[in-house]
Amino acid sequence: MTTFLGINLFALFGQLLVGLINGSFYALLSLGLAIIFGLLKIINFAQGAMYMLGAFFAWMALSYFGMNYWVALIVVPLVVGFLGILMERFLVRPIAHEDHLYSLLLTFGVALMLQGVFTHVYGSSGLAYAIPEALQGGTKLPFMYLPNYRAWIIVASIVVCGATWWLVEKTRLGAYLRAGTENPQLMQAFGINVPLIVTLTFGFGVALAGFAGVMAAPVYSVSPEMGSNLLIVVFAIVVIGGMGSIGGAILTGLAMGVIEGLTKYLYPEASTTVIFLVMVIVLLLKPAGLFGKEA
Amino acid sequence: MKALTNTVAAVALAATAASPALANISDDKIKIGVLADMGGVYSDLCGPGCVTALEMAAEDVGGKVLGAPIEIISADDQLKADVGSAIVRKWVENEQVDAVGGLVSSAVVGAATKVLTDAKKIAMISTAASNAFTTSACSPYNVHWTYNVTAMANGTVKPMVAAGKKKWFFITADYAFGHALESVATEVIEANGGEVVGVVRAPLATTDFSSYVLQAQASGADVVALANAGADTVNSLKAATEFGLTEMVDVAGLLVFTPAAQAMDPDTAGGMRLTTGFYWDYDDQTRQWSERFLERTGTLPAMGHAGAYSMAMHYFRAIEAAGTDDSDAVMAKMRELKPEDFFARNAYLRADGRMVHDMYYAEIKPAAERSGDNDIFRILSVIPGDEAFAPMLPECNFN
Amino acid sequence: MKVSKLTLILLVAALVAPFVVYPVLLAKILCFALFAAAFNLLLGYVGLLSFGHAAFLGTGGYITGWLMMNAGITPELAILLGTGAAGLLGAVYGKLAVKREGIYFAMVTLALAQLIFFVYLQAPFTGGEDGMQGIPRGELFGFIDLSDNLNMYYFVLAIFLFGYWLIHRTIHSPFGQVLKAIRENEPRAVSLGYNVSDYKWVAFMISAALAGLAGSTKSLVFQLTSLTDAHWHMSGEVVLMTLVGGVGTVFGPLVGAGTIVTMQNYLSGGELGNYVHIIMGAIFVICVLAFRGGLVGEFQKLLKRNAG
Repeated sequence: MTTFLGINLFALFGQLLVGLINGSFYALLSLGLAIIFGLLKIINFAQGAMYMLGAFFAWMALSYFGMNYWVALIVVPLVVGFLGILMERFLVRPIAHEDHLYSLLLTFGVALMLQGVFTHVYGSSGLAYAIPEALQGGTKLPFMYLPNYRAWIIVASIVVCGATWWLVEKTRLGAYLRAGTENPQLMQAFGINVPLIVTLTFGFGVALAGFAGVMAAPVYSVSPEMGSNLLIVVFAIVVIGGMGSIGGAILTGLAMGVIEGLTKYLYPEASTTVIFLVMVIVLLLKPAGLFGKEA
Repeated sequence: MKALTNTVAAVALAATAASPALANISDDKIKIGVLADMGGVYSDLCGPGCVTALEMAAEDVGGKVLGAPIEIISADDQLKADVGSAIVRKWVENEQVDAVGGLVSSAVVGAATKVLTDAKKIAMISTAASNAFTTSACSPYNVHWTYNVTAMANGTVKPMVAAGKKKWFFITADYAFGHALESVATEVIEANGGEVVGVVRAPLATTDFSSYVLQAQASGADVVALANAGADTVNSLKAATEFGLTEMVDVAGLLVFTPAAQAMDPDTAGGMRLTTGFYWDYDDQTRQWSERFLERTGTLPAMGHAGAYSMAMHYFRAIEAAGTDDSDAVMAKMRELKPEDFFARNAYLRADGRMVHDMYYAEIKPAAERSGDNDIFRILSVIPGDEAFAPMLPECNFN
Repeated sequence: MKVSKLTLILLVAALVAPFVVYPVLLAKILCFALFAAAFNLLLGYVGLLSFGHAAFLGTGGYITGWLMMNAGITPELAILLGTGAAGLLGAVYGKLAVKREGIYFAMVTLALAQLIFFVYLQAPFTGGEDGMQGIPRGELFGFIDLSDNLNMYYFVLAIFLFGYWLIHRTIHSPFGQVLKAIRENEPRAVSLGYNVSDYKWVAFMISAALAGLAGSTKSLVFQLTSLTDAHWHMSGEVVLMTLVGGVGTVFGPLVGAGTIVTMQNYLSGGELGNYVHIIMGAIFVICVLAFRGGLVGEFQKLLKRNAG
């Protein structure tokens, strides 16, 4: 009765929902990268490390200062974003006019250092961070048990992604930003402080990674390697979505979560590889990604 | 010129200082290399801590065996087999290393033991999981001390099946050690009248396990076995708790080390069953050694650390008894003498290089029952070594 | 004239080196130098950044390793076939990838490499995570015993020199001139009537085959091939080696590979063992901020400045 072509439909619904939850998390993660990568044309390989920092800072805030999850959700992204601003100002900007390759190498070096420092200080096994009390437990749906924290991930992700998209695509600030990155000289002539806009945008993109890190701390292992494992997946999402397209990254993140979820059900071994298969196919058919503008 | 004079002076000094007893010690010293993961994912299991454990062993025998000084050097294998084998090659060919300890990830250990066997030097494996080093890749120079996948799976699965938990579901790391854990456990389950109702093979370093947890939930299993390690175990257990799986079924961890258990929220991990080769809080002897280790490193010893110490002590004892550091003679003595210390209980080194000793069936304590951060396991029962480890293969009998 | 004198000095140094430095380490440096040189052919002379070259290194290694263990053929034949297999894979991947440019080219190569990594992870013949271990070195041409480290080293040196010579010839041939023209100004090359895609494709194939040659040789030196060789981290490492040495310079890949391998080797032992990642990270940051031309590139700049 509840099967279709030999597949249990209830199980399928469950997998789809779980895929959607992961997808919204991917969307959140790719958002920061999409802004930095797409608007500033900087390949920030340290984005994974910044996500890791977010999770570690949440843990440190709780253990050392007794700062709870909700406060951390606001404070930690600010701190991580500030570190991002420092990184842009003192490391990335001096090489801004060089080949993109160099920013990749530089940020990769920064990521290695951060990962090394945290392994050295906190060990490789990771740390425990509990789900905040208000979000423990779950709701029984007809086809699965939905933990409250996962529902929260969807809500938070939709709010943050939606707000960011609106900010970049629909507001005057966003217009300055897009114009400033496409034609810096002209904007400078209009009296807009382009370097400041670039720095703030970079900081904002990094802060989003920090935010995702705090979101991840209660459900995933807080460990030095947590960011590097996700980084290339998130990169793939931004490229598939089309560089420079914020909406594209969000929609692709959701879609990839669902596709990955179905693969986990049908052929789990390939679940981390399927995303690259999609990327090959998309880039061969649509050179600038699904939502990117052809150059 | 000055360097040359110094060398000549040093050689002359060494010659006069050397006592006749040193005649049988190669290069007048006992040199052990520690090859481990110093900064990667396994560094908590056997990295800098394994170096400390061996240094403690050297100190505890007074820094000398048969009058020859013990020297300990170390290197980071970066979890790469080629890096590891190059280091070991250099050690045995150029640096007079007599034995290599540490030895963590199976791929690195496989490469390192091949080099060591060719050079007739002893591999003191403390932390690798694979059972290959005393079966398909056995060698007269391999000593595998702490545990292996067989003991881990045997120890956890048998008592649970016996207690009526017949239906099993596996969440397996799609890697060699995961497959090995799964296949050993499956054999035990089926031999004891249980059945495997489902298996998912998750890629290594999967972040989100909720999809697999749903599949386990739908399978109607009594037990969900986690045939993975490290962050994968933590992440799968977190998902299992979150989705209410742990309230319906038991969870068995097939490869859980103390640092990973400590990294889990007690509310999540409480009640999980597992097997371990060592627990720091077992009795006075283990506590005494563990406190010394804790003082020096700032962390609790994992079983690989304790095993590395125990193995080194046995190695020194065997050199003493053999009167030489010749590998063949030392290996013979290591098999002949019974290791007996805080780690090795009812223990003996089998002719295939497998150290057989008591293992422990344990449970992770829930938050309410913990007296502090370091109060992690409750030992449920002791598993005699011969029940935990698989019998020796005839082709690996090196006596 | 000056260059040939330098080459001669280097050649003599290479012949004497194994009596001073551990030969296996030298052989490793040469293997990675060849790998980096193959990568540099694409990045430095065609302007294409491949982020999937580990696929070819791994393929060469696995095929050669499998043949040595199962087919009972001599090492030179196994290396030839391993190189051929990598070249073939390069032909397929190249055909797909050269249609794209810039970051998209890098991402397509990365994605394709991830697909072949998955195959090697799943296929039983590769030995999964444990890799292919205990590959026999065999006897070169049936009579030179390669299990001797010195013999092995000179064999690797010969392969390395052949690889470098081939790259040199490619760059300085009419074909290479067209490649450079494409790098400098692709639209003009198109308007001159060159089929740009085909030129890029052939260059990609040569690069893939040479990377495979490096992998094949490496599998004999270490007697193992593992997933590390095909992992994307390896694709990243070759980018680093080339950048540290100097993109688009002849000796850059050699210097870069030498620097990185020696550094990893030095850092892995001793006191600094715990800090490997931190130190490597710091070195990359410093390199990018201060020596963007790479060691060789900066050195050449220095020479030019002094001369001028």
